[in-house]
Amino acid sequence: MLEVKDLVVNYGMIQALKGISFEVNEGEVIALIGANGAGKTTTLQTISGMLSPTSGQVLLKGQDITKIPGHKIVSLGMAHVPEGRRVFAGMSVLENLKMGAYTRSSKTEISDSLERVYESFPRLKERQSQLAGTLSGGEQQMLAMGRALMSKPNIILMDEPSMGLSPIYVEEIFNIIQSISKEGTTVLLVEQNAKKALAIADRAYVLETGNIVLSGDANALMNDDSIKKAYLGE
Amino acid sequence: MGFLTYLINGLSLGSVYAIIALGYTMVYGIAKMLNFAHGDVIMIGSYLVFIGMSNIGGEQTGVMQVVKVVVCLAVSMIICAILGMVIEKVAYKPLRKATNLAVLITAIGVSYFLQNIALLIFGSNAVSFTSIISWQGISLAGGALKITGNAIVTIIVCIIIMVALMLFVQHTKPGQAMRAVSEDRDAAVLMGINVNATISLTFIIGSGLAAIAGALLCSSYPALTPYTGSMPGIKAFTAAVFGGIGSIPGALIGGLLLGIIEILAKAYISSQLADAIVFAVLIIVLLVKPTGILGKQIKEKV
Ligand SMILES: Nc1ncnc2c1ncn2[C@@H]1O[C@H](COP(=O)(O)OP(=O)(O)OP(=O)(O)O)[C@@H](O)[C@H]1O
Ligand SMILES: [Mg+2]
Repeated sequence: MLEVKDLVVNYGMIQALKGISFEVNEGEVIALIGANGAGKTTTLQTISGMLSPTSGQVLLKGQDITKIPGHKIVSLGMAHVPEGRRVFAGMSVLENLKMGAYTRSSKTEISDSLERVYESFPRLKERQSQLAGTLSGGEQQMLAMGRALMSKPNIILMDEPSMGLSPIYVEEIFNIIQSISKEGTTVLLVEQNAKKALAIADRAYVLETGNIVLSGDANALMNDDSIKKAYLGE
Repeated sequence: MGFLTYLINGLSLGSVYAIIALGYTMVYGIAKMLNFAHGDVIMIGSYLVFIGMSNIGGEQTGVMQVVKVVVCLAVSMIICAILGMVIEKVAYKPLRKATNLAVLITAIGVSYFLQNIALLIFGSNAVSFTSIISWQGISLAGGALKITGNAIVTIIVCIIIMVALMLFVQHTKPGQAMRAVSEDRDAAVLMGINVNATISLTFIIGSGLAAIAGALLCSSYPALTPYTGSMPGIKAFTAAVFGGIGSIPGALIGGLLLGIIEILAKAYISSQLADAIVFAVLIIVLLVKPTGILGKQIKEKV
């Protein structure tokens, strides 16, 4: 589904990604874990065309999308739930969700997707005319995820969806990610909450200052001593 | 009756400010910059209408006069829209990632550039703009209250533009894209919105409207020089801030209030002090409500 090859990304003099490669197969949930500043957000932003890499390639369903501008990516079947949610604060919940379907034209298909999003997030339906900026953090996260799903993606990138949420919300968000995956959407999940991410992932990659230092089966990584020490706090 | 006359003149001048303020407010909302060359696009638009009106088709009356005005206005709008688009592409787009200060200085540079071009072509002497509205207006209360055709048409045109623009922003895809880009540019890209095209469209609409504003302004205040755009430009910018920069209804309210305050201050206090009074009111409003009358400030929760 998604293949990243030797990706190098610089911010001026700072090299944020030092040549990383990984792949995400159809139907998988892949976790990308790492500490603050490891380069997780940079990776996702480069994949979705918000940043251009110095070198390397990004392939989506076999197509080279490295040079495709960011706004054309979503119609290729990839959605991105950005770090910090980035909902449109001055728009209502419903307007936010409709923005998620910006590239789609069939009204009936859009309202189908809306129904499905409301099924997954009943709370969004209750609050559909509320301004997004007045939602709680957890609700905003749900809105950001719902908005991404409105494009009917084949693969969805999520950047720290559990960040700053209370434990109950964290639980709920991870349940939703699992159900998104069950419905057939491939997931690339960036998380600092390594324990929860590994629990729902098929495979995982560990990023450390711009390099992938470890990868493998999520269960195996959960039992890996260095992972336990560095990321699971055991 | 004097007061009513002033009020209507104020509404008329305010309508022009409102139309100009739209250009500032939309560009600020969407491109996050102050396009100080906007006032000069008004001046260019006015000259274009002036040239058209004095060179095409000779003297006309009745329907043919209306046709002539519409054609001249349409041509001026198209040229101004293209000018706005080119200014954005050439001067501002390369600075998308530069500091606000660099963009501001560039905008001032573009403003002088347009003024100097106009000086080269038209010279510094004022030309006398013939009103595009030949209708004399109406006379009420046995002639005690006269409302000029200019005032009536200006106010109506302003209302039509405002309604059309709000419908456009609320109900069309490019309008929705504008809202999204003004809220969060990066998130808009993730939705599949072409930000460059959206910014370009904003300049096109704002500059096209500037052409209308210029023609209406010069119909009431006919001395047209290469500097005609700068003062109304600054005042309309003030109106946009006054109403809440970034807000379309704010541009309307700010523009109308500014026009009314200016005319009333001229009539009842002092015509020399009118501008100072206008700016004093602005400062007071901003002290009480820093975001302007309709300015919104929604804090995102973290
Ligand atoms: N716009 C920028 N300009 C310069 N350096 C940047 C920029 N964005 C990120 N960096 C640097 O690149 C590195 C990777 O940042 P990135 O945001 O990708 O990390 P992250 O893994 O997402 O961290 P976090 O968990 O804190 O979100 C960091 O050293 C960061 O300081
Ligand atoms: Mg990050």
